[in-house]
Formats: sequence, C-alpha cells, structure tokens
Amino acid sequence: MKQNIIIIGATSAIAEAVARRYAESGAQLFLVARNNDKLQLIANDLKIRGASAVQTWVMDANDNEAILPMLDAAWNAFNSYDVALIAHGTLPDQARTETDMIYALDQFCTNGDSVIACLTGLAMRFEPQGKGVIAVISSVAGDRGRASNALYGAAKAAINTYASGLRVRLFKSGVHVLLIKPGFVATPMTAKLDLPARLTVTADKVATDIQKAINKRKNVLYTPWFWQWIMLIIRTIPEFLFKKMKL
Amino acid sequence: MANLLSWGRYPRQPQQPHAVNWSEDVPATLSAIAALKQGATLAFGCGRSYGDSCLAESNHVLATSGMNRLLAADWETGIITAEAGLTLSELTRIALPHGWFLSVTPGTQFVTLGGAVANDVHGKNHHVMGTFGCHVSHLTMIRSDEGLVECSPVQRPELFAATVGGLGLTGIILTVTLQLRRVESNEIDQRSIRFDNLDEFFALSKSHDVAHEYTVAWVDCLAKGKNAGRGHFICGNHAPNGQLKPIAPTGLAVPVDLPFSLVNPLSLGLFNTFYYHRQLHKDVASRVNYSSFFYPLDGLRQWNRIYGQAGFQQYQCVIPEQHGADVIRDIMNTIANSGSGSFLAVLKQCGKIPSIGLLSFPLHGVSLALDFPQRDALNIRLFNKLDALVHEAGGRLYPAKDAHISSIHFKQAYPDWSKVEALRDPQLQSQFWKRVTQ
Repeated sequence: MKQNIIIIGATSAIAEAVARRYAESGAQLFLVARNNDKLQLIANDLKIRGASAVQTWVMDANDNEAILPMLDAAWNAFNSYDVALIAHGTLPDQARTETDMIYALDQFCTNGDSVIACLTGLAMRFEPQGKGVIAVISSVAGDRGRASNALYGAAKAAINTYASGLRVRLFKSGVHVLLIKPGFVATPMTAKLDLPARLTVTADKVATDIQKAINKRKNVLYTPWFWQWIMLIIRTIPEFLFKKMKL
Repeated sequence: MANLLSWGRYPRQPQQPHAVNWSEDVPATLSAIAALKQGATLAFGCGRSYGDSCLAESNHVLATSGMNRLLAADWETGIITAEAGLTLSELTRIALPHGWFLSVTPGTQFVTLGGAVANDVHGKNHHVMGTFGCHVSHLTMIRSDEGLVECSPVQRPELFAATVGGLGLTGIILTVTLQLRRVESNEIDQRSIRFDNLDEFFALSKSHDVAHEYTVAWVDCLAKGKNAGRGHFICGNHAPNGQLKPIAPTGLAVPVDLPFSLVNPLSLGLFNTFYYHRQLHKDVASRVNYSSFFYPLDGLRQWNRIYGQAGFQQYQCVIPEQHGADVIRDIMNTIANSGSGSFLAVLKQCGKIPSIGLLSFPLHGVSLALDFPQRDALNIRLFNKLDALVHEAGGRLYPAKDAHISSIHFKQAYPDWSKVEALRDPQLQSQFWKRVTQ
C-alpha cells in the first residue's frame, strides 16, 4: 500500500535516511526544511529511488506562525498521512549556554518549543484522520540532566514528557505517538564530537530501527537497542553519587 | 567520527575525517583543513585503496560517503548522474530493478563512484569493456584554485584524462555521470574449470575470453613442483530471463582487530589445497547470483582484520602480453620459493581497450594480484625481486594497491605522471604521490 509521509527537518541525516527507506517502497513524501537547495537535491534523489511523489516546503521550524500554513499545504498536497516525522534540531554549545542566556533560550526554542509546536499542529491534523503515527526524534540525553549537555538534555526532556502526554491523549482517536531516543549517531550534527567508535552507529542503522518501530507502533524507541540498558543504569544512579561523576 | 586507515592497514597512518555531506560544504572544509597548516588533504570514500594512495599528506581527509545522492537517472538509456560518495553497492541496488547493472565492477561493491573514477578500476570483463573510466561521460569537481569545474572526454579533455585514474589529486570529485549496461537477471551463468598448470590457464584464457564477458582465475601460489600453477578458471555471462532483485549484502563481519595474523604458512597451505580440491569435476557449470560471482569477499565485512595489527600488502602487477606467460611463471616461482605466501592469487587476462586515464593501470597483458601479511624485511626482499621482474618486462604495479614502489620504477611505468602533477590541485596531496614523485 502506498504510504504518505511528512517529514519536518528533512535535510537532517537521520530524516534523509528514513525518507529513503519509505521512498524505496513507493511512498509519497512531503519534505519540510530551511534550505531549499538541499531540499531539491533530496527530493530528486528520493524520486529516483522510487518515491511516487515528493513535494517540498521551505520553513524555519522556529517560525511558529509558519507551521499552520505549512500543514495546510501538506494536507493539500496529499490528503492524509500515515506517518509524520519531526527530525529537526541542533546540538548547542553547552559552554556558551552557561554564560549567554539569549543563546541558551534560542537553542531551547529550536530543540524544545518548536518541536512542541510541530507536535501540536500535527496532532490537530492527525486526530480527525483517526489513524497514523507521529514520530518525534528526541535523544538519550533527555533521560537525565548531565553537566556536559544540560540545555540540550532539558529541551529533549520537555519533548519526552510532552510526547508521553500526547500519546495518551491521542490513543482513543487511533493516532499513535512514537518517541525516538538515538544514542551516538555519526551525522553532521555530531561531526565535531569525539564519539566512541564502538558505540556510534550510522544514520542508516537508526533509520532502519525507526521504520520498524513505526510499523510495530512502539511507544519509545532506544536506538541502537543497548542504550535502553545504558540509560537504565544512568537513571538509577543515586543523585548524591551522580553529582560527583563526570558523565 | 573514528579515524580511518587504508584497507591494508599499512602504512598505519590514521586519517582524521572531516565529513562533507553536501557539495556546498566542500570549499569551507578545504579551507578549514588548510588552516590547520599540516599539509594538503584528499577525498576519502570507503577506504578500499590498500596502501597509501588514499592517505593524505596532512592525515586530514574529506570523508565523502555522506555525499551519496542520485541527481538524474534515465532508465531508458541507462545514463545516471550521482554524487561521488554513492557506493557501487547502493547504485546496483537502485538500478538493477530497472534492468541495469554496472558496465564495469571491481571485486568489491563497497567502493564509491569517486573512488572508482580516481583509481579507474577494472573488473573481470576488462577484455571486452575496458576500465570503469571508459563508461564515464562527465565529471564535476571542486578545485581549491578554480572552484567548480566540469570535464568530460570533450570538455577540458586533458583534465578529464588526468582525473580518471588520477588518484583524487586533480580536485574533489562531486558528481559522476556514467553509462550502465542492460541485464535481464540478477544471475550469472558461470563455468568453473580446474586447471593443473599455467600453460593450461593461458590456453583456457585464450579459448574462453571470446565467448565469456567475465573471466578470472584463482591460482594456488604456494604449490610447487608438479602442482605449480594449479587453480580454477572462472568465467561467466549475465544470465537471460530472470529476476531483477538486488541481493542484500550479508551482515557477517570480523568484529575486532585480531592481535595476530590468522594468515600463516599452515592456514594458507590448508586453505589453498582445500580450495583447489573444492570441485570434484574438472568443469562445473552453474547459475549463481551476481553478488557471489563478483563479490565473494564482500561476504565477510572487514576481512582485512584477519591479518592482525601489522596489516598486509597486496602486490598487483600487469605484464604486457608478449612476455606474459614467461614472466608470470617467474613471478609465481619466486613467490612460491619465498614461502611468504598468500591466499589464492588472482590472474586475469586484460584486453586491448585503452583507457583515457593517464595513470590507468591495466595494459594489454596478464594481471596478477596477491596479498602478503606485513612483515617488513621479508616483504622488502621479495618485492624487490618481483619489482625487478615486472620492470624488466615493461609491466607496472597498481597504485591503488601499492605501499612500496620506488619512485624510479613508478616514473618509468607511468611516464604521464608529470602531466597529472601539472594538473594537481595544490591543496590535494597523498602520501603515495609524495613518495613516488618527490
């Protein structure tokens, strides 16, 4: 069956990898991102890979007023959606967030507020459909506040809590919410970090897990799987010890 | 991102990757590496070059594997344009259901288009299809001194000729346009014929190269005396009327770097003897999928790790036709007597189709390739003897596999090297090129 997919933050590496998987099964895709040149490159590529139709929309997710017009355009393009994926985000410079309040709040907006705004808008559209999966990319960083990425983690924690509530709210309507928590993924966002090679996976691997989780209507996905156990340990460390650790 | 090594893991010079996921990132990344003032850089795709031709002077490389989008595909004509980081594996997966396959494929599908162009790779059909570069019609690149440039056999042909087989030195390749070839199935009609000596190999090659698009031979290079030169001759053609389903690569991998090499005289002797006797009948015909026909080694990811920490070198030479039989026999004897063996050696008759590439490796003649665990003194002694034989016969070594050739031998074997040097991007330099040209 031909599926319709909408992706916000479509030029992110994980989103592109997910889009390719759907394109290969002949899906119709509506892609949203800031950079039109990159969007056109991706749209073209997805059509060659088998997408039956691709439409693009240029939008800055931080522009709250742009979200509803974007959704109007999306539902005009293809009149219902099976899957929505919210994938935009940045990796803030934690050191700078500690002294530059304006920067810190800007970053919180991009990774927290704008995601909640998109979730709200998508819920308004999905609820009357009575079907579909809204998937949102968070991070294992949202599971516990750490000194090295407190602001990023806080924004992701906000998404986690909001998504959990939204899942409950939409359950009766038949719409499902999937919360995705990737660990270390080699992408442009993390290119400057010195990630441990053994724990780092490709965007493609994460995309495979995401597609499976969408199909199985999983509630929360840790990807790759072992992060579920790593984070379980990290969450259970008592605070009096945790504050002395350099994690 | 983790640091990168060449496929042979020798010389062990970890490369720090700077990912470029979009063409528009290339100029800024080039500038960022230049600002480090550690020397010139190089594009790095899948890291399947064995020696030091994929290692940058600065040990900082532009990692291009994220730049892997298709820009255009005409499924009527089989002409496709894609970004240089796209792998042959991915391209096959996308093109095969439309009835198209690579015109030329090397022995692994885990190489990028950019790497295939930069090394002007060849395959089992060299005698009928020439090299990879023979099927490339257009390239775009970014040069640090000129910005975006385009070239083709008719547009700036001198730059095109320097880039095909040009080891990535003439610019960062952004896109490649190439011609695919029609197939009717994902299978190959294969014949495997056991032979007892090199004379038989040359006779088989002569009689089967005409009727088969693909031919190659595996030879037991440890066998001496009456067994010397024994092996299997494998030939095939694309099978008609079948499925066009791509074959998914297996997930099997060597998970860690082994502390020592599994490749030693005992394991090699057993393996080669077992391999020779694997088929009871002299001549076996079968239908196999393209993946097991072209890419048997891709079945075990990271197989290079079996050579342990020290790594290995591959020795690949081509000997011109008129001396082929005699010199290959001398080389095989020299290797067998050295005891420093290798898994099965690969013999391939290369054809007459010339490549436009100035540094393209194949010649009309016979190519021989084999792997040696890295043991410094042993390899140097043996390679010196082999180099002398190759050199005297007017043959040459394959830069993509090399980590040892002398500057004198290289310059004589590739007299056009100076034309490539003249067109080299000043911000691009490999450890190989520095070694053989300076």
